[in-house]
Amino acid sequence: MSDNKDKGGFYDTGWRPSGEVHRDEEGRPHDHPGVQEDTGMGVRASRALAMHELLVEKGVIDENEVDDAIEAWSKRVPSNGATLVAKAWSDPEFRTRLLEHPKETVIESGFVPEHNADIIVLENTSEVQHMVVCTLCSCYPTALLGPPPDWYKSFSYRSRAVTEPRAVMSEFGLELEDETEVRVVDSNSELRFLVIPRRPAGTEGWSVDQLAELVNRNSMIGVTAATEPGTE
Amino acid sequence: MPAVHDRGGWPTDEPIDREEHEWADWERQTQSLRTVLDAKGIMNVDELRRGIEAIDPTEYEGSTYFERWSASIETNLVEKGVLIEAEIDERAQGLRDRWGYPS
Amino acid sequence: MAPRSPSDPVVTVLPTFSAGDRVFVKDETPPYHHRTPWYIKGRHGVVVEFIGTWVNSETRAHGSDGLPELPMYRVEFDQADLWTGYKESPTDKLWIDLYEHWLIPA
Repeated sequence: MSDNKDKGGFYDTGWRPSGEVHRDEEGRPHDHPGVQEDTGMGVRASRALAMHELLVEKGVIDENEVDDAIEAWSKRVPSNGATLVAKAWSDPEFRTRLLEHPKETVIESGFVPEHNADIIVLENTSEVQHMVVCTLCSCYPTALLGPPPDWYKSFSYRSRAVTEPRAVMSEFGLELEDETEVRVVDSNSELRFLVIPRRPAGTEGWSVDQLAELVNRNSMIGVTAATEPGTE
Repeated sequence: MPAVHDRGGWPTDEPIDREEHEWADWERQTQSLRTVLDAKGIMNVDELRRGIEAIDPTEYEGSTYFERWSASIETNLVEKGVLIEAEIDERAQGLRDRWGYPS
Repeated sequence: MAPRSPSDPVVTVLPTFSAGDRVFVKDETPPYHHRTPWYIKGRHGVVVEFIGTWVNSETRAHGSDGLPELPMYRVEFDQADLWTGYKESPTDKLWIDLYEHWLIPA
């Protein structure tokens, strides 16, 4: 972050998107903190940036703290969850530990749980398909899956996941057998849910790394199945 | 009528749009700012949610996800006396002027 | 305060409900922040399990520290009971976590 205290007479956080300066038809520069080119800068976006600058200036927060938080967020990716699922598929003892002592097992596996949430692991079988939603907001196991996708936060998912989960799964490409019970889990507490999807057939003897490739992010929410071998 | 944020089972047959928008830097910054404010005991996640739930319903439905976060963070910081609305107004306007965006 | 893990052996609260208990969810809409969705209020469900004690989000949302922690349960509902004309399978279920004070024995 550059020290630009004399720019425009107020503290400049120094944020710039990478790449060259883009200009619109009126010649306005887009060289500013990450405003989307086609939507411009909304009122809330400018207020968010304003608050950030003011908080740093007043010493309420330190720019380094935000940088560190951004760095921590970059480590929250779906491959974290995929690794846990692949290990659970490969190793019955690990699977048991993950189901019975999820938080400890997540930590032992080298992942950092979110500080204000706990984790529960749900296993999909031929009898039960779990599907997770947060109808009230967007609660999600970010430590293991990264930030939630836009669709998870959308009004249509939040509304329809509880009333027609199978129709939603069908939109995502999953057709369940009638005999499978669907269990929608509305994530409304400090607990976050990770789904272990069913292990695809034809993967006997596969390594953890190979198996992890099949564990797509959506299957750990429960809207799809794991990827079939040969279709990755 | 349920509150605007209480979305389970609202009548809709809108298909789920699976397209991901590209994150703006201010959104990434806002996500991390919330983490920092929480870690420092300034604003917890329950307060964030309460602030989002207090957004005017029309604004709630017309905002993006992080616009709602930004509105809630502002509500919380102003209520707690950490920032003053007028200084946010002034600074935000300054940023818009600097970058040539209409008010 | 970090949330206590449900796998922790020490529980200082005696839970009122047990797995299998039939419960009724209060049909109330208090003016403060609460995480009981509208579609669950006034409905009957069955306790899956006691899931430990958790910070009170209803007070912590309004400037309190959210203590003491409150007992919470995972409760199961039949989708066919929740939604008139539910179109999918009659055995489908919904799970949700609820504070003890939202539940009445049914």
